[in-house]
Amino acid sequence: MAANNYYDPADLRKFGNITEWSKELGEKFFDYYGKVFEEGALTAREKALIALAVAHTEQCPYCIDAYTKDSLQRGVTKEEMMEAIHVGAAIKSGATLAHGVMMMNKVNKLEM
Amino acid sequence: MLKEKKKKQQSLHKRDSEYAVANKQLEKLSNGIFASGELPTFSEKIKETGQFPLRPNKLEILQINVGYMCNQVCEHCHVDAGPDRKEIMTRKTMMQCLDVIRNTGAHTLDLTGGAPEMNPDFRWFVDEASKAGIKDFIVRSNLTIIRANKKYYDLPDFFKSHNVHVVSSMPHWTRGKTDKQRGEGVFDLSIRALQELNAVGYGMPDSDLRLDLVYNPSGAYLPGDQASMEKDFKKALLEDFGIRFHNLFAITNLPVARFLDYLIASENYEDYMYQLVEAYNPAAVKNVMCRNTISISWDGYLYDCDFNQMLELKVASKIQHISEYNEDILNDRNIIISQHCYGCTAGAGSSCQGSVTE
Repeated sequence: MAANNYYDPADLRKFGNITEWSKELGEKFFDYYGKVFEEGALTAREKALIALAVAHTEQCPYCIDAYTKDSLQRGVTKEEMMEAIHVGAAIKSGATLAHGVMMMNKVNKLEM
Repeated sequence: MLKEKKKKQQSLHKRDSEYAVANKQLEKLSNGIFASGELPTFSEKIKETGQFPLRPNKLEILQINVGYMCNQVCEHCHVDAGPDRKEIMTRKTMMQCLDVIRNTGAHTLDLTGGAPEMNPDFRWFVDEASKAGIKDFIVRSNLTIIRANKKYYDLPDFFKSHNVHVVSSMPHWTRGKTDKQRGEGVFDLSIRALQELNAVGYGMPDSDLRLDLVYNPSGAYLPGDQASMEKDFKKALLEDFGIRFHNLFAITNLPVARFLDYLIASENYEDYMYQLVEAYNPAAVKNVMCRNTISISWDGYLYDCDFNQMLELKVASKIQHISEYNEDILNDRNIIISQHCYGCTAGAGSSCQGSVTE
């Protein structure tokens, strides 16, 4: 942690260090992580865009940094990146609003 | 804003920029994070795998830079080429090159620049060189030159008549990204030029007229996987413009000249060097292009690669000029390296022929 900030961009480079304090679990995680992003039924490019959208809904600065760069490396355009983020935002707000039904149910149950 | 725009249309040399000077670039590449030990130097890194000193393998490629003059001023250009550069190879030096081309053991001749077509003796040189029976004769064409002036309109036919292998830069399949890196209007002209090359048979699936594209990232990041990028480029260029080409070479931008200047000015230098060092791949060192290439400058001097040429690092050999060329003596040398070399060993590796590992 930097002196005056919780987040330091340079810490992203140290992500791999988490293995130092728990070798087996760290290595299992990174094996899994690497495998997930390989070309499969989805292309690595499609996966980068999903990761970018999720990085925003999770509001993880490290992930936003990493997957913006990753998307650029894969030739993803700015328009595609922004659309992906809107998908994340729509699901996030949709999820909030869909819970409104729960509120409505509760009100209907409690009120005479 | 206008002033900024005008500046971008000039080479670093014309602007008297600090990083127009090769020594200043080399200093930058050796100081800071490398001098403090925060990152290992390239020589320290290759020592880890016993690959120091770097030595040539068999010579395969003669790369001749016929001049730094260009009709474009691309932001990432390691040559710092542009319309204001006057360094042009003379016919006398070309004749010395022809002697070498006729006797070399190399199977590939690679003409580059600047825009090589702007050299007034370019066509004469191609005529003569094509008679030497070299297997693969490459001309690196920036595409827009074909549409820049009437006198260049027949270049596709000229290339065809000499069975030249055309290798052209194309940073993206969209207008916005291409023009940002290479200048306004470059995308439309490049598309037109590609269509004309296709029209005479270049790049068609079963055609022997080879047309390959070079992709450089337009910013401070590394290129993605070459095969995936090729698939994306092929699909987009065919669907949008009916264009076909053979292969895509994904090339990493090296921190030299204008790209170095850009990295420093945009405060991306350290991060970019970290990316290069982290992506270091010892397997790429095995096939790095300086091991099978000799680069010849407009004034006939010899270098390990085009990047070393721009950094004014002549070969470490008693033979340093085309006039005294001797392949056996030249091949017995140590290759000169600095931190820019990390650019050729990152990920799948990078060379003028694209990735160097599977």
